[in-house]
Amino acid sequence: MAFLEITDATKKFGGFLAINAVTFCVERGARHAIIGPNGAGKTTLFNLISGLILPTTGSITLEGKRLAKKKPHEIVQIGMARSFQKVNVFPRKTAFENVQVALIASRKLQYNPFRGAAELFRDEIMELLEQVKLGADSERRAGELAHGKQKQLELAVALAAEPKILLLDEPTAGMSIAETLSSIALIRDIVQERGITLLFTEHDMNVVFEIASTISVLHHGEIIATGLPQEIRVNDDVQRIYLGRE
Amino acid sequence: MTNRSQLAFLALLFLILLAVPFMGSRYLTELTVQVMIFSLLALSLNILVGHIGLVSFGHAAFFAIGGYATAFFLSRWQLPLGIAMPMAVLLASIFALMIGALCVRLKAIYFAMLTLAFSMLVWGIIIKWKPVTGGDDGFVGIALPQFLSSPQNFYWFTLAVVSISTALMWVLSKSTMGQIFVAIRENETRANFLGVNVRQMQLIGFVLAALFAAVAGSLMSMYLRGMYPQSAFWTQSGHIVISVLLGGVHSFVGPILGASLLYLLEVTIHQYTQYWPLVMGLILIIVVLVLPEGLIGLFRKLYTSVRRE
Repeated sequence: MAFLEITDATKKFGGFLAINAVTFCVERGARHAIIGPNGAGKTTLFNLISGLILPTTGSITLEGKRLAKKKPHEIVQIGMARSFQKVNVFPRKTAFENVQVALIASRKLQYNPFRGAAELFRDEIMELLEQVKLGADSERRAGELAHGKQKQLELAVALAAEPKILLLDEPTAGMSIAETLSSIALIRDIVQERGITLLFTEHDMNVVFEIASTISVLHHGEIIATGLPQEIRVNDDVQRIYLGRE
Repeated sequence: MTNRSQLAFLALLFLILLAVPFMGSRYLTELTVQVMIFSLLALSLNILVGHIGLVSFGHAAFFAIGGYATAFFLSRWQLPLGIAMPMAVLLASIFALMIGALCVRLKAIYFAMLTLAFSMLVWGIIIKWKPVTGGDDGFVGIALPQFLSSPQNFYWFTLAVVSISTALMWVLSKSTMGQIFVAIRENETRANFLGVNVRQMQLIGFVLAALFAAVAGSLMSMYLRGMYPQSAFWTQSGHIVISVLLGGVHSFVGPILGASLLYLLEVTIHQYTQYWPLVMGLILIIVVLVLPEGLIGLFRKLYTSVRRE
């Protein structure tokens, strides 16, 4: 049994088949990339896996546990964290508080109206912020941070949940080349060090080949190939459809 | 405002309130009782508006339920205060649990409209259920316990209940639960994807807000020696929303300022003209147009500009 299994997942929006009978597995410890042209259905696939939308048919399991009918917060509790393509932080809270909220939620302290939050988990929070290179920005409001830093903050927030698997939707979207490079290095180091399985989408092929251990290619809502980076690079279908070579 | 300055403000306010009965004016003492009750009511709504980010237009329903239930338990069942008041608050909380469970499924304006609808339902029941509520005439003549019959003692009792409630809400606002409430206000989706059951937390907030509103209602019914259907009418709910907005939703003490000012203005202006709603409308327009952060926001601006000079 694979770690994350997506079997025959289909999603229809009205008459439009956004995801068509998608089947693939993510192995434990893999760094699995989903690539495909704009509109291929990458984000929809992520939304299906993380429970934001329900699949029309098909099943999704994590370590054998069915995810397809579960609510997003239940899926997080099973051990999946995700980031969003558009930056998604708590803008008026400081970087420190953003991570703190994540820790409160993962320790289920949201039901306690008496436990003071002020300095709670300070060491842990600072360690996480240091790890994503935001130690100096801990007291700044998340909404005021530069775009690249907000993405790093999202990473720290996702890590705070101590996930078994991390879903990153376009982790380098909107970043400069320099930011992209340091971001990739950061993500790769962190998932390796923590032994987290990574599933990500990415439009930048350099990033994909830099990080991924496995790549699946999505086209018109269907997986047309899955394999090692070197296999995908030379796959004829992929070259024709995705890389635009005839 | 920082936590420290808010606490300093609350401490100062408490000291002033301790002194009020010794100033020798019965009118002032009675007025202050009402101001304290309306402040508590505004604070309770701010759990929803300020922390969770849900605007309820039916908050008065729980104020009214708390008030009528206290009146009923004290007078008809002749229960002691120590049982009647907690039972009234519990009853209002149970209503809040049922009403809230339906309301939190909706967002923003739809949530506001549904809370409005439910509160009008409560109002309708109060009007029609004469044997229990007294209908149009209100529930008149509450049998108060002996020790609360003097205005002085009632003042101390109100001060104690309001202070304890305020302290509890302060602790809540600084707690891990409070942090999650604010996270939901800031970004519901993100909170959800951190493993927070957003609907459930909103419901918890809804019930807590109703609980403190019921405490305020209970005090009000005892102060008035009766409870009246207007207390559940939608204008009463609107009044609380305006108090909170006037004071400022993003600080703890804002609603206290808003509720106090609004009530004192109402009392004062009523002495000169019957057109109080006209003045209240003007206040609302000013708040919406130039004071989006309420009085607290205004003070903050003044403070920073004074410091700059």
